[in-house]
Amino acid sequence: MKMVKNAVGRMVPSEINGEKVVPFKGIGQHRPSGRKFAPTIVSAADYPADGDKRVESLKEALLKAGLKDGMVISTHHHLRNGDLVANQIFDIAAELGVKDLVWLPSASFPCHQEVIKHLESGVVHHIEGSMNGPLGRFTSEGKMKGVGVLRSHGGRYQAIQDGEIVIDIAVLAAPTADPFGNGHGLDGPSACGGLGYALADYQFAEKVIVVTDNIVKFPAIPMQIVGNYVDYVVEMDKIGIPELIVSGTTQITKSPDRLLIAELTAKFCDAAGLVKDGFSFQMGAGGTSLAIGLYFHKMLKERHIKARFAVGGSTQYSVKMLEDGCLDYILDAQTFDLEAVRSMKENRQKHPDISIFHCYDYHAKGNFTTMMDVMILGATEVDVNFNGNVVTHSDGYLLHGIGGWQNCLFAKCTILPVPLFRNRIPIICDEVTTLVGPGELVDVIVTERGIAINPKRQDLIDKVKDSGLPLKTIEELKAEAERICGLPTKPEFTDKVVAAIKWVDGTVIDVVREVKHKA
Amino acid sequence: MKTAYAGQHGKSDRSDCMLRLTLKNDGGRKITINSKVKLLFEQAILKTITEGLDLFSIEHADLIIDDNGAPDYVIMARLEACIKKLKDSNIEFLPEMLSQNTIHTSRERMRRSRLYLPGNTPKLSLNAGLHSGDGIILDLEDSVAPDRKDEARILVRNSLRQVDFYGAERMVRINQGERGLKDLDAVIPQHVNVILLPKCETPEQLLAVDKRIQDLRKEHGIKEDVWIMPIIESALGVIKAYDIAAASKNVVALAIGLEDYTADIGAPRTRKGDETFFARGTLINAAKANALQAIDSVFSDVSDMEALRENVLASKALGFDGMGCIHPRQIKVIHEAFAPTEKEIDKARTIVEAFKEAEDKGLGVVSVGSKMIDPPVVKRALRIMELAEKEV
Repeated sequence: MKMVKNAVGRMVPSEINGEKVVPFKGIGQHRPSGRKFAPTIVSAADYPADGDKRVESLKEALLKAGLKDGMVISTHHHLRNGDLVANQIFDIAAELGVKDLVWLPSASFPCHQEVIKHLESGVVHHIEGSMNGPLGRFTSEGKMKGVGVLRSHGGRYQAIQDGEIVIDIAVLAAPTADPFGNGHGLDGPSACGGLGYALADYQFAEKVIVVTDNIVKFPAIPMQIVGNYVDYVVEMDKIGIPELIVSGTTQITKSPDRLLIAELTAKFCDAAGLVKDGFSFQMGAGGTSLAIGLYFHKMLKERHIKARFAVGGSTQYSVKMLEDGCLDYILDAQTFDLEAVRSMKENRQKHPDISIFHCYDYHAKGNFTTMMDVMILGATEVDVNFNGNVVTHSDGYLLHGIGGWQNCLFAKCTILPVPLFRNRIPIICDEVTTLVGPGELVDVIVTERGIAINPKRQDLIDKVKDSGLPLKTIEELKAEAERICGLPTKPEFTDKVVAAIKWVDGTVIDVVREVKHKA
Repeated sequence: MKTAYAGQHGKSDRSDCMLRLTLKNDGGRKITINSKVKLLFEQAILKTITEGLDLFSIEHADLIIDDNGAPDYVIMARLEACIKKLKDSNIEFLPEMLSQNTIHTSRERMRRSRLYLPGNTPKLSLNAGLHSGDGIILDLEDSVAPDRKDEARILVRNSLRQVDFYGAERMVRINQGERGLKDLDAVIPQHVNVILLPKCETPEQLLAVDKRIQDLRKEHGIKEDVWIMPIIESALGVIKAYDIAAASKNVVALAIGLEDYTADIGAPRTRKGDETFFARGTLINAAKANALQAIDSVFSDVSDMEALRENVLASKALGFDGMGCIHPRQIKVIHEAFAPTEKEIDKARTIVEAFKEAEDKGLGVVSVGSKMIDPPVVKRALRIMELAEKEV
């Protein structure tokens, strides 16, 4: 395979799974021309006039949708680790003797390790989405037939919209649906809040199947999935395991070290003048992020000021800010706990569900991330040039998806609160194992042993230089980590490319290679 | 053939490892490395173990290490402990001494908070200094199981050399009696700042420890002082507190341990603390009569920060200067509660300014308005200003 050096100096193939790909050209450099993808024109004449699109089973729906070898099957991940639908698709395909499918999930979870047997038997050819935990391990050891493709959440929408990947059948779990195919995640035993990841799937797939365990009479409101795009509706006993879909309560970290990182992050934001009336932020549901949110909440309350909007995942903590009057809007693409599901139902005006298209799509007429003041993200590795890795660990194994991480880098101030080392493995290194985000977009690294600001952000350095915060250079942090941990040896890889990492514009920023020595 | 074990390898024992060593007469070395970080650190682990076996001249052995990300100094300690269970040796397998770990501390230094760390649990010590406590205690006494005392002593010794405590005063709580003296042999050469002497009941106990410390200082060329903080934990100790405090010029503070004390007097420990009032008052008085700091017992409910705050305010009101902590989260609360109030600071500032003015003018008497200020009042005001300037 021909390999070319891309704009961040990584060797990437010019072709993946038989399709030509574009190497990363630099941020904002790739401007594709042409028209977006569109599925085939259909006629309402071919759909039941009474609006009842129900069929007997998922198997029947898949057969009617024309399931055959080589098709691309998409799913969303709103049921998270409690998803009971995705695995069934491939069990049915195996039973029907179908081969070489491509699975396009918006994310995978440990519960999806059932798919490994279908990857081994050839029912599934490869995965384009995220390969988490066991699936990542399987991929890293070179066992997947095709090359995996990892995209950010926004990149997935972009790829579907641009026709880089064409969905043959979308199978969309809906915690509540009507016979016409309208669906939402607010009610039902498998309630998950919003369904913001499913938009591209139902808009662009050739066939759309909605699967529910809570059928209601038409209309199911809100129409988070719009029935006019839907071909078939399947009723099932159980689409998910509730306690694995949303946590009853997301929890702030109790680790004193993580709390220290959170405190330093909040103090940095304050010293840099970022916490002000009308500011906006995004943070995930991780324990450290939540603790940072709590510090923000306290500052806002004490100063009688408000944040304007928060994007991304919602939790009981962001809901509390909203209901406390410290936050005007939660724009919610992923609802993490039951309290947030309740809020989405009760605070329709101030806590609407939005889609990935709104917040992240790069081939759109703008998106929300560039407007955000503070962005809190994680990383498995950061190098001395501030390049970030979120997909592989330092031992070379692929273990996580990109999530919204790449999309979020475009915020005004991107902060990575990370421990300096995890279990003897330094997080700050000379060169990241996999380059998922270019350092020019990463502004600040906050560790328990000091804060490093990207030298490109002289404005931030000037603002905090007299704050008394423990400011260090990234090289100093790296040296401190290596003093404590020792210098790890670099993992070894074979030449075989097992997965490609796409940038938000569809270009290839890096690849993951097969590990030489199995852990 | 005998086999020895050292260290821990449970799921939660991060930054530790367990070593199993069997000495043999022939067959060379067989080293098996099982590690969570094997892909990245196998070579480093092998190098450390080989150096250690070379140092102790062990040519034939089976060694298995089950590692959960232990830093080098921990692996070194575990290996040395294993070897010393199997053969007598005075050799020490010492990691490098960090230059910041040779700094000594002053008698007057603030000792508001001191964080207890179990001496045999490396995962807790690596980040302990980040939480800005005034002191860190590596404990060899109650938090270490009797059959682990020897390996803990070696680990604490290595920690004192290799762990950066970021400016916290470096303290070790030794065991009682003979074992405590053996602890001193290991830790005094490592520039430890304060020795905590548990269950101290008589001046003689203190003097025995003091003598061993002075002998070791001489032997190892340690010029700076090593302070002693006796912990009073019994009815007899309370009665003898003054004599203990006065026994050596190296005593820097008296601390009280109320769990053992209440058990000794046969009273249940209550939140209100009437049963310990006499002991606390006596200890504070004994300390102050010798110009020493008085340090309160730990507060054991780590989840209740409000109760801790009340407890510290009550301590401060009685005359205590500091308190023990068993969780890093307690440090900030303790510092805040010991910090002087705005009103105290304002008053102290006025007095200090008047004192400086009198000094500049060469006046013998300090006065604020028409009021004369006595020297102890000036001293207290200076202390309050020092506390106020220290960041919580």
